[in-house]
Amino acid sequence: MLEALQMPFFQHALIAGVLIAIAIGLIGPLTMANKMTFMSGGIAHATYGGVGAAIFFGFSILAGAAAAALMAAAIISFISYRYAHRADTAIGIVWAVGMAIGVVLSDMTPGYNVDLMSFLFGSILAVGSEDLWLMALFDLLAVFAVWYLYYDFMALSFDPIFAKLQGIKTQLLHLLLLALVAMTVVLAMRLVGLIMVIALLTMPSFSSEQYARSLGGMMIFSIILSILYIISGLFLAYTYDLSSGASVILVAAFGTITLFLIKKIKKVFK
Amino acid sequence: MPKRASLKPPAVEVERLFFSYEGRTVLEDVSFQVENGDFLAIIGPNGGGKSTLLRLMMGILKPDRGEIRLFGKPPQEADVVIGYVPQETGHNLDFPITVLDVVLMGALHRRNFWRRYDKKLRQKALDALEKVQMASMAHRRISDLSGGQRQRVLIARALCSDPQILMLDEPTASIDFNGQREIFSLLEKFNDEMTIIVVSHDMSMVMGYAKHALYVNKRAIMHTIDPHTRYQIKQQLSNRKGHYCGAEFWQDMGKKIECTTECRHA
Repeated sequence: MLEALQMPFFQHALIAGVLIAIAIGLIGPLTMANKMTFMSGGIAHATYGGVGAAIFFGFSILAGAAAAALMAAAIISFISYRYAHRADTAIGIVWAVGMAIGVVLSDMTPGYNVDLMSFLFGSILAVGSEDLWLMALFDLLAVFAVWYLYYDFMALSFDPIFAKLQGIKTQLLHLLLLALVAMTVVLAMRLVGLIMVIALLTMPSFSSEQYARSLGGMMIFSIILSILYIISGLFLAYTYDLSSGASVILVAAFGTITLFLIKKIKKVFK
Repeated sequence: MPKRASLKPPAVEVERLFFSYEGRTVLEDVSFQVENGDFLAIIGPNGGGKSTLLRLMMGILKPDRGEIRLFGKPPQEADVVIGYVPQETGHNLDFPITVLDVVLMGALHRRNFWRRYDKKLRQKALDALEKVQMASMAHRRISDLSGGQRQRVLIARALCSDPQILMLDEPTASIDFNGQREIFSLLEKFNDEMTIIVVSHDMSMVMGYAKHALYVNKRAIMHTIDPHTRYQIKQQLSNRKGHYCGAEFWQDMGKKIECTTECRHA
């Protein structure tokens, strides 16, 4: 297993794993507290439309995915304010239509035979060194945004109506949060896959919510859990030649259930 | 409108207000005034438009027709600080947040350049907690508290913004008798410094503490609760002789209403 550490592609995957974990640990708790899991799912699936478009028109896949993800975030944020009572229906439509566009466009691209599954389920071979720079840059941006707007996000998560009465621009903050989700999804796409990234946004947050005493604590705990899950998932994927995203998710699920049970048992014996 | 330079305009003026939501009329031709320093209870059946009226006064909703003025200006322009206290429903208890951080939300608009609360604001939040006798709980997680304690924290949050008008939406809906009485006597104390408007369905509390009661059911009728009645009912409440039966009040107004279990036992 240790010889893996000498492979450049695996080193890249490990560094990417840590960088992604930082973004996921910061953004995940906020998406969960604001009940954005389904919205994030919509963004992630719609991102595939951008991947398909990039393949068909022959431009950078990362740029295509980012454009599609940000567009989906804007549409979903708008819908959830303007048509709140039917937002879930509309998000479901964005979800499927984005995906369908991606599938049709890649079908229409002659002779293209890159493994499309890797965009959905992740691959440890897919991360290049330029991806690492982008991830590090985004992490810096995310850390600053969350630090600067910490109390704004806290208010939005706990009581949006009161936050609005206090002059917080809640709609803008909601859009910003979804844009951060969109970028996290895009950067995590190669390693974890579009479909799997959603579970990774939610599971560490769910556990940390039960153990942490504050939003900040929740984020730190989520980052640590995400790093643990991603690194062990990657080793598993390397050793048994599995899809990296799926391995990470199964490790995360195991960890989440264990932490949940520990909390329950503690309560019983209190 | 005639200028009244010497007199302070009323805290709230509502004139010929109409509001409908998704084609359904919620409020129809509502007019009333709340003087500065009043303690107004908004009462009426569920779905009668009580909370909607409160939201209109706060400026969260806009009326279809008619006018609302806070100290003489429309809610959006008025630089009146409203302390809003929502109903404590416990809907967001999973979110990890301390009591102090909840109260500090009342000072969100006064943070410094780095969008942080400075020492003075933290002290202000602790003072607000002191006023509702919750200072010892400042560093507890909000989910560790009882429903009544959480409601008092939400009141402290509203106080933390130094409000001129305190608006409360069913603050005692899920609280036991003693908790209700404590909250209403706190409100009575704060009433010396600010106007209080509270939506409530509990007639005994309303009759024991409020100076006016606005009955809202699409239309609105203002009633004055005379100090004598208020005194008598408050005495009954403090002896815990039981609830003043709402039915008597509605009968006064020519309404029929079912007596609650609590009333029948009283």
